[in-house]
Amino acid sequence: MSQIEQDERFRKSPAAGDLTPCWSCKEPVAARALFCHACGAIQPGGNVDHFTRLGIARAFDVDVDKVEKQYLGFQRVLHPDRFVAKSAKERAIAEAQAADMNLAYEVLKDPLRRAAYLLKLAGRDAAVSQDQTVRDPALLMEAMEAREELAEAQSVDEVEKLQVEAGAKAIDLIAQLSRAFAAEDYDLADRLATRFKYLRKYLEETRARRIALEDAE
Amino acid sequence: MITLLQIHEPGETPEPHQAETGIAIGIDLGTTNSVAAIATDGKPEILRDKEGDGLVPSVVSYAGAEPVVGRDAVIQQMRRPDQVVSSVKRLMGRGAADIKSLSGTVPYEIHGDQQVGMVRLKVAGRVLSPVEVSADILRAIKVRAEAALGHEVSRAVITVPAYFDDAARTATKDAAKLAGLDVLRLVNEPTAAALAYGLDRGVEGLYAVYDLGGGTFDISLLRLQQGVFQVLATGGDAALGGDDFDHALAEAALKAAEQRTPTLVEAKNLLLAARRAKEILTERESTELFGSIRGAEFRQMIDRAAFEKLIEPMVAKTLKACRQVLEDANVQASEVKGVVLVGGSTRVPLVRRMVAKFFGREPLADINPDEVVAAGAALQAEALTRGGDTLLLDVIPLSLGIETVGGIVEKVIERNTPIPVAKAQEFTTYQDGQTGMLIHVVQGERETVDACRSLGRFELTGIPPMVAGAARIRITFAVDADGLLTVSAEEKTTGVKAQIEVKPSYGLGDDAMAEMLRDSLTHAREDMERRLLIESRVEAERMLLALDAATKSDGDLIQAEERQAIDRAVARLREAVAGDDRDRIAAAVEGLEKASHPFAQKRMDRAMEVALKGQRLDEVEASMATDRAQ
Repeated sequence: MSQIEQDERFRKSPAAGDLTPCWSCKEPVAARALFCHACGAIQPGGNVDHFTRLGIARAFDVDVDKVEKQYLGFQRVLHPDRFVAKSAKERAIAEAQAADMNLAYEVLKDPLRRAAYLLKLAGRDAAVSQDQTVRDPALLMEAMEAREELAEAQSVDEVEKLQVEAGAKAIDLIAQLSRAFAAEDYDLADRLATRFKYLRKYLEETRARRIALEDAE
Repeated sequence: MITLLQIHEPGETPEPHQAETGIAIGIDLGTTNSVAAIATDGKPEILRDKEGDGLVPSVVSYAGAEPVVGRDAVIQQMRRPDQVVSSVKRLMGRGAADIKSLSGTVPYEIHGDQQVGMVRLKVAGRVLSPVEVSADILRAIKVRAEAALGHEVSRAVITVPAYFDDAARTATKDAAKLAGLDVLRLVNEPTAAALAYGLDRGVEGLYAVYDLGGGTFDISLLRLQQGVFQVLATGGDAALGGDDFDHALAEAALKAAEQRTPTLVEAKNLLLAARRAKEILTERESTELFGSIRGAEFRQMIDRAAFEKLIEPMVAKTLKACRQVLEDANVQASEVKGVVLVGGSTRVPLVRRMVAKFFGREPLADINPDEVVAAGAALQAEALTRGGDTLLLDVIPLSLGIETVGGIVEKVIERNTPIPVAKAQEFTTYQDGQTGMLIHVVQGERETVDACRSLGRFELTGIPPMVAGAARIRITFAVDADGLLTVSAEEKTTGVKAQIEVKPSYGLGDDAMAEMLRDSLTHAREDMERRLLIESRVEAERMLLALDAATKSDGDLIQAEERQAIDRAVARLREAVAGDDRDRIAAAVEGLEKASHPFAQKRMDRAMEVALKGQRLDEVEASMATDRAQ
C-alpha cells in the first residue's frame, strides 16, 4: 500500500482524531498507545502531563504506592534495556519514554514538587517555583529564628529534637496543602508550598548539623 | 560438511554458530584484577584459564614489542617496574591536576607538563593514555574469553564503579571500542553484585551493597520490588580502596625502619610485600614484612591489631559514606534487609566487623567477592541479549551542573536522579547582539566550580543577534542508561538550533580517538587470523563429538582396519587442534573425513533400512531431501 493510500485511509477513519500513523509501519495507532498493535514498534510518549503519563488522577493527594507501581510497570516495558537488539530509532524512543517516566515519577512522588507542578498546571507563575527571596516577612522571620535555634544546638539530642519538630511541621503542611488544593485555593497553596520549601531546606541543614555533631562526638 | 552428520535427526544437528551470534559476556574491569563471565539460562559462570583461575591481574607490561597482560605482567613488574602499568583504572578520565591528589599512590611517571586533557603515562619509552592501557587489558580478556568459549566475542556488559563520573565512564567505553568490544551497557558494580546475589528473585525489600575494591569504594542502596531493581541512592569515594591499606602498611614499615627514600623498585616491592602481609593478616594474627631500602634489608613483625589501627580511619570513612547514602534515601540502617559485600578488600576482618556493626546484621559474603561483579555483569549481558524479567533502574551518582557568574555551580540534574533523564534549562544573553555563549559543564556536589570536576566546555554559536536578555536558549542535558551525558541547545524565540562544540576536559578528543582506532586496525589482521583459527577448532571439535556419538550407537559397523585408520586420523586431528596452525587443522579434518567415510556410508545404509520399514518410497525421498537441506 502506498504512502498516499495509507494517509487517505487514515483520514477516512471515523476515529481519526485519536489516531496517528505508526512511525514504523504507518498503521493507525491510538495516540496514547505504547506499542503499535500492527508491527509492535514502541511509540513516542507525546506531550502529556506527568499525571496522565503515569495514569494517576490529577490531584495533590496521590497514593504514592500506586505511583511506584505504575512507574515500575511502565519502566518494565519501556526501559531502553528492553530494546538493545532493536533499531536505533526504537532505542531512542525507549530512552525518551524512560526519561519522561523518570521525570514524572520524581515529581509525583515528592509532595513539594507535586505541589509546585500542580500550581504550574493551574497556570500559576507560582512563588514556590521562583528562586528569588519571597516577600513574606512572617515566613522569613520564622526561618531566621529556626536557623538561630539550630546554630545554638550543641548536642545531637538537641538537634534531634529540632528535627522531630520540623518533621511534624512538614506533616501538618502536607495536610494543609491537601485542603488548599481540594478547595482550589491556589494562592494559599502557593504560600504553603513556599513555606514547605523553606522547611525542606531547614531539614537538610539539621541533617548536616547532626552529622557534624555526631562526627565531633 | 562431513557425511556422518547427515543422519542426525532434524533439530539434533549441532549449530553452535546460530546460538553464538547472540552471546555477550560480562566484564568486571577492576583496579587490581579483571574478571570475565558468561551467563546461560540465568546461571553465571566465570571464565577461567587452564589453572582454574578467573582473575586476570589488571597489569600491563610494555617491556616487549606487544603488551603483555595479567600474571606474566605481574612477574615482569617485579623486575622491570618502570615498564609495567598497574591500577590504571584510577586514572580513567582524569587530568593532570587530579593526579597530584593521588601522588604517592600511583607509581607511574606522568608524561610532560600537559595542562589539559586526560593524563598520559610514560612507560618504556611510549606515551600512553589510560584508555589505551585499559583497552590492552580488555583485549586480553576478549582473547581469553574467546579461547574459553571457542568463538568470537564482540559484545559485553562492562561494570564501572557507581561513583565513576562522566569522564571516567566515557573513557571506559572508549577503551572497549579500542579493544573491539561493543558495550551493550555500562552497569554499576554494586548493582551487578546485587544481581549476582539473585536478590531480584529473592525477598522484596531494601538492600545495601558495600563494595571496597583495590582503588575505589562504592555504597549503593537498592530496593527490590515487582522484579525491578531500583537503585535509590549511591555514594562512595573514587580514591579509596585496599591499595590504601597497602600504602598505610608500607609507610608504617618505612617509618619503623627510619627510612623514607626507597628506590622506585624498592617502593614497588615494598607495596607488594605489604599487600601480601595484609592478605595473611586476614587469616592469621601476625606476620612478617620483608623489604629493602637503599639495598639494606629489613624485616618487621606486624600483628593484626596494629594493622587494624592503621586502617581504622579509612574504614570509618567508608561508613560515613554509608550514612550519607542512608540519609539521601531517607531510611534507617535497621530497615536494610541485607548487606552484600563486594571487592577483595571486604575480606579484611576489620571491614566485616565494622560493616556488621553499622548495619546491625551480618553481611552476605557467600559469593567470592572478587567474582561477584563479573557474574552480575554476565547476568545483565544475558538479560540484554536474550531478554529477561529483571530490570535495573539506576541513578546518576553525582550532580551535573553548569558554571554561572562568579564560579558558582547551578545544578541541572541532582545526584541520585533515576536515569535515563533529560532536563532542560533556559539561559539568556547578557549583551546586545551576543551570538555566542560558553557553557562550562561540571559534575559534583560542591557549590563552586573549582571544587567540582570539569566535564567539558560547550561553545554555543549561531545565536541570532538580539537585545540582551531577549534570547531564550534552552539547553537540554540528557543522561542515558549508561550514565553518559549529551548536551544540546536551541534558541526558542527563533527556533535556531545552536551548534555545540564539545571540548572535553579530561576525555579524549575525537582526533585522539580516531588515531587510536587507526592503530587498532593494524591489529585487525591478527584478530581475523585468530578468529579463523578459533572457528576451525570449533569445527574440528564438533566433528570429533559427532564421530564419538556415531561410534557409540553404530560401532558394530566398523571393521578392524577401518577403526585403526579412524583412530589415527582422530589422534592427528586432536594434535592439530591443540596447536595454532589453522591449515594443519583443516588437513586433519579432511583426513578424518576420508578415514570415516566407509563407516558413514554404512550408517547411511542402516538408517535407510530402518526408515524404509513401513514407509512409502516418496516419503523416504522427501525425508532424505530434508536431511540434506539441514
